[in-house]
Amino acid sequence: MRRIDLVTFAAGAIIAHPTRSALTSLGVVIGVAAVVMMTSIGLGAQQRVTSAIGGLGSNLLIVSPGASRGPGGGFVSQGAGTGNSLTEDDAEAMATQIEGAVAVAPSVRGGAQLTAEGANWQTRVEGVTPDYLVARDLTMESGRMFDDTEARQGRKVIVIGKTIATELFGEDSDPVGKRIRVGAVPFEVIGVLASKGQSGFGQDQDDIVLGPLQAVRSRVVGRRVQGSNVQTIYVKAASADEMDRLQEDVTNLLRERHRIRQGAEDDFSVQNMASIMEAMQASVKTFTSLLAAVAAVSLVVGGVGIMNIMLVAVTERTREIGLRMAVGAKRNDVLFQFALEAITLSVVGGIIGLVVGVSGAMLMAKLGDWPVAIASWSIPVSLGFSLLVGLVFGAYPSWRAARLDPIEALRRE
Amino acid sequence: MIEIRDLEKIYQMGDETVAALAGVSLTIERGEHTAIIGASGSGKSTMMNILGGLDRPTRGTYHFEGEDVGAFDDNALADFRNRRIGFVFQSFQLLPRLTALQNVELPMVYAGMDPEERRARAATLLERVGLGSRAGHKPTQMSGGQQQRVAIARALANSPDLLLADEPTGALDSQTGKDILALFHDLNAEGLTLVLVTHDPKVADQSRRRVTFEDGRIISDERGARS
Repeated sequence: MRRIDLVTFAAGAIIAHPTRSALTSLGVVIGVAAVVMMTSIGLGAQQRVTSAIGGLGSNLLIVSPGASRGPGGGFVSQGAGTGNSLTEDDAEAMATQIEGAVAVAPSVRGGAQLTAEGANWQTRVEGVTPDYLVARDLTMESGRMFDDTEARQGRKVIVIGKTIATELFGEDSDPVGKRIRVGAVPFEVIGVLASKGQSGFGQDQDDIVLGPLQAVRSRVVGRRVQGSNVQTIYVKAASADEMDRLQEDVTNLLRERHRIRQGAEDDFSVQNMASIMEAMQASVKTFTSLLAAVAAVSLVVGGVGIMNIMLVAVTERTREIGLRMAVGAKRNDVLFQFALEAITLSVVGGIIGLVVGVSGAMLMAKLGDWPVAIASWSIPVSLGFSLLVGLVFGAYPSWRAARLDPIEALRRE
Repeated sequence: MIEIRDLEKIYQMGDETVAALAGVSLTIERGEHTAIIGASGSGKSTMMNILGGLDRPTRGTYHFEGEDVGAFDDNALADFRNRRIGFVFQSFQLLPRLTALQNVELPMVYAGMDPEERRARAATLLERVGLGSRAGHKPTQMSGGQQQRVAIARALANSPDLLLADEPTGALDSQTGKDILALFHDLNAEGLTLVLVTHDPKVADQSRRRVTFEDGRIISDERGARS
């Protein structure tokens, strides 16, 4: 017989019972939609982790005073940043002695009330060196960054983020040249940073104020950070491959400078953003696989539903099968007709599930302020899987149909 | 056309073996109008199933136009049923989902015929059995007599050599039954070989040859004019 006629037979049987067919497909719809949504959640989480950590600056080492207790430095730096062991000289030594450090940026920070033109804004002010821009992958939108001379002279100039510019001076204003009082001290705005948007952790990365290290330390942070101490030193590597070596060099240099004896604990901690990112992504991937596996189970359940209904259909249509055989249907014609029915139910369910899954993922992304991330492979994979489900779970009922004895089948009431 | 020698069909029913056919020999010539008569359990249905290629004999030979049907595999039997045999059943066996035309098309679909060609032929066949105007009706919208006519048109679809009718009037009232038998006579007059299985002597009397089965054997084989 012609193949197209097989398709017509299968489609005819499906259309003859629209409600039943729809409900049968529903299992696969739910299964495929779940797989698509779960993988997209996982992928979204993965991208969020990447942007969260990448937002801090790529290929970045973060050196903080105080020991980290976890081996290798956990993502949560227990105890780190509490000591006063890091100094500007440490940063200077890193910049001059460590090979492959693209930028070394010491930083101090403190909370302050900003006031300008009657508006005010509570935020954190960071005292940095010009290298900070390189280390944190920041760029200027207008104006300029202060230079080393201005920083050394303790000039009271600041560079602000988009949020600050908007909050204090209004939308579309040019704050360059204007004055902002940080606490009681007036600073001159010399530049505005290009927007970086929200970080993966939900922080506004444009709520940022950068001033020269000395000026901020003495005028804003106050007594909490003494002398030439700094709270963080950012070290940027030229490439991801150099991160591990750089981390080792930084550790060795600081231990030497701080005269830490062999076997004694570091009085500082070095966080390697690359390895943290790797660890986070690995855990997110595991999480994603777990979600996908649970969703895949529902796809299998959908397949069992198809098998169930197909078995019912074979029983119901025993006489039809007998008649078809009597008028010349070969066993394979019957087999393929029922297999095609099962596959059609499953694949149509798969296509609908894909549409539902993609829209669901988009809706969740919108509601949860989540990056939409629909894996391109999820389309062929989910369709392939629904085909497979139809094939596997349609096989047994189809085989039962093809194996029927036409005489017995015709006699069935 | 049909040569049957020492045909046996033995069923295993638990511990018991039942011989539905216990050594039957029968020759049917092309163009004959034969009735197979017998009570239920006489083996006449088994005979019809084997003649139609729905079943295989346990022993003995069945030659159709010189071909050894007993040696056919499943696919060859399916082709045999498709092209050589036309079945008419007591309960019509129409597919309720399909229209009269689609039901008639069915054997041609399995023969792989072109859709336009088979649709045209199905329409002609419905015309031939007097249902030209009912082509688009579903079986449930038709009377028993009309349904049986559709079934006959379907049986004729691939121009079979042999029309096998199993109690074709069993589910019809007597007048409709007579009409159907008249249609069979016309078809036979056009040269179609007919084998009609029935338990009803009145129906059998319509045939020129009457073969009577009892306990899996032929007990009489009479030829005579229709009464």
